[in-house]
Amino acid sequence: MKQIGWLIAVLAVLIVADVAMRRVLSPYQLQVVVLCGINIILAVSLNLINGFTGQFSIGHAGFMALGAYGSAMFSLHIGARWVAKLQALGLPEPIAAALPLLMALLLGGMLAALAGYLVGLPSLRLRGDYLAIVTLGFGEIIRVLILNIDVIGGARGLPGIPGWANVFWVGVGVAAVLALSRNLAHSTHGRALFAIRDDEVAAEALGVDTTSYKVLAFVIGAFFAGVAGGLFAHFLSYLNPNSFTFIKSIEVIAMVVLGGMGSISGSVLAAILLTLLPELLRPVKEYRMVLYSLMLIVLMITRPQGLLGTREISLAWLRRRATPKAA
Amino acid sequence: MSAPLLRLESVTMAFGGLKAVADLDLEVRSGELVGLIGPNGAGKTTVFNVITGVYTPTAGRILLEGRPIQGLKPHAIARHGITRTFQNIRLFSTRCCRDNVCIASHQHTRASLLDTLLRSHRFETDEREMQARASELLDLLGLAPWEDTIASELPYGQQRRLEIARALAGKPKLLLLDEPAAGLNPQESDQLMHLIEDLGPRFGLTILLIEHDMRVVMGICRRIAVLDYGIKIAEGNPAEIRSNPHVIEAYLGEEIPADLGAGG
Repeated sequence: MKQIGWLIAVLAVLIVADVAMRRVLSPYQLQVVVLCGINIILAVSLNLINGFTGQFSIGHAGFMALGAYGSAMFSLHIGARWVAKLQALGLPEPIAAALPLLMALLLGGMLAALAGYLVGLPSLRLRGDYLAIVTLGFGEIIRVLILNIDVIGGARGLPGIPGWANVFWVGVGVAAVLALSRNLAHSTHGRALFAIRDDEVAAEALGVDTTSYKVLAFVIGAFFAGVAGGLFAHFLSYLNPNSFTFIKSIEVIAMVVLGGMGSISGSVLAAILLTLLPELLRPVKEYRMVLYSLMLIVLMITRPQGLLGTREISLAWLRRRATPKAA
Repeated sequence: MSAPLLRLESVTMAFGGLKAVADLDLEVRSGELVGLIGPNGAGKTTVFNVITGVYTPTAGRILLEGRPIQGLKPHAIARHGITRTFQNIRLFSTRCCRDNVCIASHQHTRASLLDTLLRSHRFETDEREMQARASELLDLLGLAPWEDTIASELPYGQQRRLEIARALAGKPKLLLLDEPAAGLNPQESDQLMHLIEDLGPRFGLTILLIEHDMRVVMGICRRIAVLDYGIKIAEGNPAEIRSNPHVIEAYLGEEIPADLGAGG
């Protein structure tokens, strides 16, 4: 029942945050906050694949694109009609949209997870750079497919997606990915993933089915990338295949590496930092990306293990410091 | 039980033209502590790799409690009750000692992934049991003070012990120890050997022990098999092995035969 208490508390905080931010922040600032959240989901989910399990995926933008387009198509063709009917019954839009949006996000996530399963399969045979190239190819295939399918807008992009996502919904996504990956990390299944990263041969010899765990990491990681894509689509109301290039995948990898491979809180920190940094550097205009890259280089030289290494900042950690005994 | 726990029937492992293990017959009965010795490069570790499924033997059969296990994946063989340690230590180096041991309990977990993600009651009890068992094993191997130490930061001798604790957590029927005393000083090595001697009766374990240094094995193993160039050249009790001319020949120039009986 502890879980239900947490759930209610988190939802309450998110509703308050949503209302407050809408009052205080400008639309531009609101967008930066939402992008921070989406990038947190992306970084933490990629961390499951690259950081926890020690595989090397550079196709995260592909999973995101699948989730984005999948959920957008659902909302455009099915969800929007439901919401219109519910609104006709007198429900305000945010409430009427809740269930359809949730379904769209889950659907996008599942579509990406299915792709994650298919991409994860070659990871049984490949490792390191070889696997990286497979995932790179996957990401490009998805992008080029989207570019050439006319029903979903092709190169013109997909406009008119209902803008149901907001700070609240992005917060729900962030909370979900954080809670689940934390629970995973502190469990036997999470330890199995870490074991694979540290020494695959030893993990096998001690009874860890390394192949299914590697695929599992891909499936869970891809699912949340899909959810992030869905939130992205429903916040911007417009999708373009150019948002899901190889560069986007690299951006997420940079967050994972900068945060520290395997550290959930590190990924969160790095995702926020790398989202804010380009925005804060806007005043220097054309030198923006030069400075951004330079800062990345300096950070990586001074902290090659990442901001947090493999350590975590968490509630449990804080609680442990406050009271000697903790769960 | 009269049937042997583990039985190798003319097992051959060839890498191209090289036969690392040739036509090996070996039986390990329940409750035994058997030594497998031989000079460097004799194929001892290859035997372990074949038993644990790292390699599939080129020919022959491997039976665990009468059931063939050759060709199974390593994790499946571990689940059938064979766990091992590694000669070149293979710990999960970024995790603490307790985690290292818990990972080996993984195969006995009853909590599903869903239980884990949602922190169900079953997950909590399972996790508590696992942690308790890990602490128990660490304590048994004298690692209690290092429970929360990252494995790579452990002193060398303790890393060797952690490997054994980890293998025990898998609740094996058969434990394979690959040169557990390698790199230890004589005193540490004697302590470890006595500990290994106790493991069998304590956990109802059967142990197959690889050792490069004959002196160490002679003290604790009733039965010893000697491997040279992948071929079993002798098998018997320590006294027989010590006086076997083939064994002396194989070890000549490598160890001093007169020293074979000392210590243990």
